[in-house]
Amino acid sequence: MKAGNKKNMGATLKRLIAYVLKKYKRQCLLVALCILVSTAANIGGTLFMRNLIDDYILPFVNQARPDLAPLLRALLVMAAVYYTGVFCTWAYNFIMIYVSQGMLKTVRDDLFHHMERLPVRYFDTKSHGDIMSIYTNDTDTLRQVISQSMPQMLSAVITIAGVFVSMLVLSPPLTLITVVMVICMVFATRTISSKSGYYFVKQQTDVGNLNGYIEEMMEGQKVVKVFCHEKACVQDFKELNGKLRESANNANRYASILMPVLGNLGYVSYAVIAMVGAYLSILGGQMTLGTLASFLQFSRSFNQPISQLSQQLNSIIMAIAGAERIFGLLDEEPEQDGGYVKLVNARYDAQGNLTEVPERTGIWAWKHYHKADDTTTYQFMEGDVVFDHVDFGYTEDKEILHDIEIFARPGQKVAFVGATGAGKTTITNLINRFYDVQDGKIRYDGININKIKKDDLRHSLGLVLQDTHLFTGTVMDNIRYGKLDAAEEEVVRAAKLANAHDFIMRLPDGYRTQLKGSGSSLSQGQR
Amino acid sequence: MFKTLLRQIGDYKKDAILTPVFVVLEVIMEVIIPIMMAAIIDYGLSGQSMGRVAAIGLAMIGAAMLALWFGVESGRTASSASSGFAMNLRQAMYERIQTFSFSNIDKFSTAGLVTRMTTDVMNVQQAFQMSMRICVRAPIMLVSAMVMTFLIHPRFALIFLIVIVCLTAVLALISSRANPTLRRVFHEYDELNARVQENVNGMRVVKSFVREEYETRRFEKESEKIRSLFVSAEKLLALNSPVMQFSMYSCILLISWMGAKMIIAGSLTEGQLMSMFTYVINILMSLMMVSMTFVMLIMSRASGERIAEVLAEEPDLYSVPHGIKEVPDGSIDFEQVGFAYPSNPGKEVLNDLTIHIRPGETIGILGGTGSAKSSFAALIPRLYDATRGEVRVGGIPVKDYDMASLRDNVAMVLQKNVLFSGTIKENLRWGKEDATDEEIVRACRLAQADEFIRDFPAGYDTRMERGGANVSGGQKQRLCIARALLKKPKILILDDSTSAVDTKTDALIRRAFREEIPDTTKIIIAQRISSIQDADRILVFDNGRMEAAGTHEELLGSCPVYREIYESQTKEGGDDESGK
Repeated sequence: MKAGNKKNMGATLKRLIAYVLKKYKRQCLLVALCILVSTAANIGGTLFMRNLIDDYILPFVNQARPDLAPLLRALLVMAAVYYTGVFCTWAYNFIMIYVSQGMLKTVRDDLFHHMERLPVRYFDTKSHGDIMSIYTNDTDTLRQVISQSMPQMLSAVITIAGVFVSMLVLSPPLTLITVVMVICMVFATRTISSKSGYYFVKQQTDVGNLNGYIEEMMEGQKVVKVFCHEKACVQDFKELNGKLRESANNANRYASILMPVLGNLGYVSYAVIAMVGAYLSILGGQMTLGTLASFLQFSRSFNQPISQLSQQLNSIIMAIAGAERIFGLLDEEPEQDGGYVKLVNARYDAQGNLTEVPERTGIWAWKHYHKADDTTTYQFMEGDVVFDHVDFGYTEDKEILHDIEIFARPGQKVAFVGATGAGKTTITNLINRFYDVQDGKIRYDGININKIKKDDLRHSLGLVLQDTHLFTGTVMDNIRYGKLDAAEEEVVRAAKLANAHDFIMRLPDGYRTQLKGSGSSLSQGQR
Repeated sequence: MFKTLLRQIGDYKKDAILTPVFVVLEVIMEVIIPIMMAAIIDYGLSGQSMGRVAAIGLAMIGAAMLALWFGVESGRTASSASSGFAMNLRQAMYERIQTFSFSNIDKFSTAGLVTRMTTDVMNVQQAFQMSMRICVRAPIMLVSAMVMTFLIHPRFALIFLIVIVCLTAVLALISSRANPTLRRVFHEYDELNARVQENVNGMRVVKSFVREEYETRRFEKESEKIRSLFVSAEKLLALNSPVMQFSMYSCILLISWMGAKMIIAGSLTEGQLMSMFTYVINILMSLMMVSMTFVMLIMSRASGERIAEVLAEEPDLYSVPHGIKEVPDGSIDFEQVGFAYPSNPGKEVLNDLTIHIRPGETIGILGGTGSAKSSFAALIPRLYDATRGEVRVGGIPVKDYDMASLRDNVAMVLQKNVLFSGTIKENLRWGKEDATDEEIVRACRLAQADEFIRDFPAGYDTRMERGGANVSGGQKQRLCIARALLKKPKILILDDSTSAVDTKTDALIRRAFREEIPDTTKIIIAQRISSIQDADRILVFDNGRMEAAGTHEELLGSCPVYREIYESQTKEGGDDESGK
């Protein structure tokens, strides 16, 4: 992995943590506290091991009538400690649910809210599959990391610190051995996980490629059939499929050998410590059996969080990559709206001047504030569009429209549709200000459309777009899409105008028929 | 279902069998190790010779190294087997889908097929890998640890047994209570994703109707539903690890108490007591893993079923063996044909249709939406089979043809047509693999596509983006027509294929057809009358029946429906874009 990459990941992780803390500072503190207590209970239990053998068992060995009362007392104390630990484990898991789920909801809502504000250009240039996978894969891995990895990491770090201190107290020389072994383990982990990380990224790319291919081919499967092109497609598919197997195999292999490697290195370190420990206690007599026993136990519990950390590492790397994409979307520049001319309800007063009124009149006017002389004028909304020497291209280097002039009087649709295929979508893009012109001006009722608030501009246009999309909901809802507060009769009237009334009535539930995504239950023309 | 899936392991059988073997060996080592640990402690304590401690220690290191090697090997074979299994599953599904007829595809839907080949395979792969390792490892670990415990002292084994039974019961109870909720969560997830998908695809519509706020509110409602469902499921699942800890700690306390008494009585060594603690952890960990994989297996079961469905689906259209490969001419005959979609067999969309079309004739088809125009056309290249009556092409029933030969001779430009990523030339070559540049240019001239293709800087080598996103709707339609023309078909069917082409270009295409390919039978389905008014015959469809047939002039005189449509379209100045 490159250094720059790592720095990026660090920044993303920091941002992610800040994102969590912003809303859940108190809960996170409480969780940390509970993890601390639960971990401490665990360490305390292991320390108890020493006392159990040295103080409560060995003195009484081979006694006819041993005094077991102190042992019972000690066990009761331990029980109290242990069960407090259990309670804390439950408590932090419980709080974490609210944090992680609430957090995910926030992420989703933020994503969606932000996405709705992004310019159309974003959707035209980004693959829709990529956008979707931010909502599905990336938030999913994020959920795992927030609800599992993060608490586990914290608990692992606390355990490591606590165990280290305890080991140091028990026996500095043995601690040294443990540390050396741990360094070996960390080294092994890094070697293996950097390999598996490399292949995981590769696997991700291959998954993306294959899924893209599958989506495209399934979309066009009927065309494949019509052209009898099945064989050629199978060949292409085979190649991509094989590639994915290759990288998936490597990624999983390295990921799955990590656990046995670490676990068994742990045993090796255990054996080494046992030998050295036995040597120390036999020859030097500086160590009691209880100390050795509990040290050995510690060396196990030292290894466990380290292998836990290394296991979590992969999912964290993947989650951070996902978080990067999530933040990437959140950082996309939203659609800017510098417009200030508003669409208002209006009425002609006695003098025949337009004045603004709060209620619906059926007359709409543009409310235009002029900064220069601090006046506000009202202009009747007619729907008169003028292209004045417009230049436009989707990319800087390729001009699609050059010096275009169009005059469309209200009700004149011919001007757009009459143009050649290429420009039609582009022109609706420009009038709606999905894209901005590079040179020249578009005037709407004489007002430069850059000055009109985008929402009001689009409201007034009510264009029928080239690719008609229906949304989930009833037919009624969909026709209402143009006007949220339309009464039922209005909807029916609009449908009749669009020659759709008859076919709607033929649907099983008439206007209440439920439509599936993109109106797949209707035939093309019915849309 | 398991049989259907497992058959796909294929070449990876060896790895799939080796994995559990390695796992078992690894577990055996791991069970032996605590005994060695106990021995070290006992010898170390009794202050006996250092030599024995060292010998056991070295043996233990050896065992650990062996276990490590087995572990690495099992990891290697498991990932090889599971990734190979996944690859074979995808390949088998893909090849199966290639044999599907239109109605098979309709049954699963495009999105359904995509999910099955992506997410579902992923789930099964993971479950397979897990079950090969953990599902073998955990039970064996459990049993052998129990055996070891029993050998050390039967009373400990009894304690473990009781705890295991209780713990299993509690874990099972938790997951059985949580699972239905989890399933609902996943269902809601699909809904949420569908909503996002709609918005991503239809952003223009959302924006032009200024519905961003409304959509956001709808989304928030949905995501809140998921949150609260998830919270209620996870509240139960959050009990898992405390319950597990509780059992572990209780075991340790019990063992400490009983063990202490036994050591004092001389029936247990300190080392054995220590190994007991290791076994506690081993046993409970295995239980935990089993319960975790169990949840995963249940979740992936649904995925496995969905995959098996595709693999088991029988294509409902077959090419007859040794079918006829030559189509004599472009005549079409429908003899009292009835047709219902297989998804809705009770409802005939076409009934009792009889029509004879001569080779070279140009037929226009007009009708309201849902009037079975497309269904009529789909029967000619045998995309579906007629449910009643007979469809003949060139005088021979379509069922007697070799399917590929029939479809090569009956070129259909589908209503919902697709271009694929690749250059324009590559896309066009779908029509004829070895088409020369001249042939390609000629087809594009006919389809009025040559001019705009040449306007692209890279001309015929311009790369199409996925779904042909970088050309306009009209351009896409013209490319699709050119692609179909390259087949040099005897019959050409255009299913509403010039709807986005402006009327002038539309007329040019029709003129080119008339002059350049007079012998090809042309069937043109259209929404606007101008596209078909110069056809030899116009068929007016309504509600699955042919209402009227005749030339433009005849129909104007005799068919009120036709006249009405004509008048409504001419009044609007020939522009029907908005009437769609």
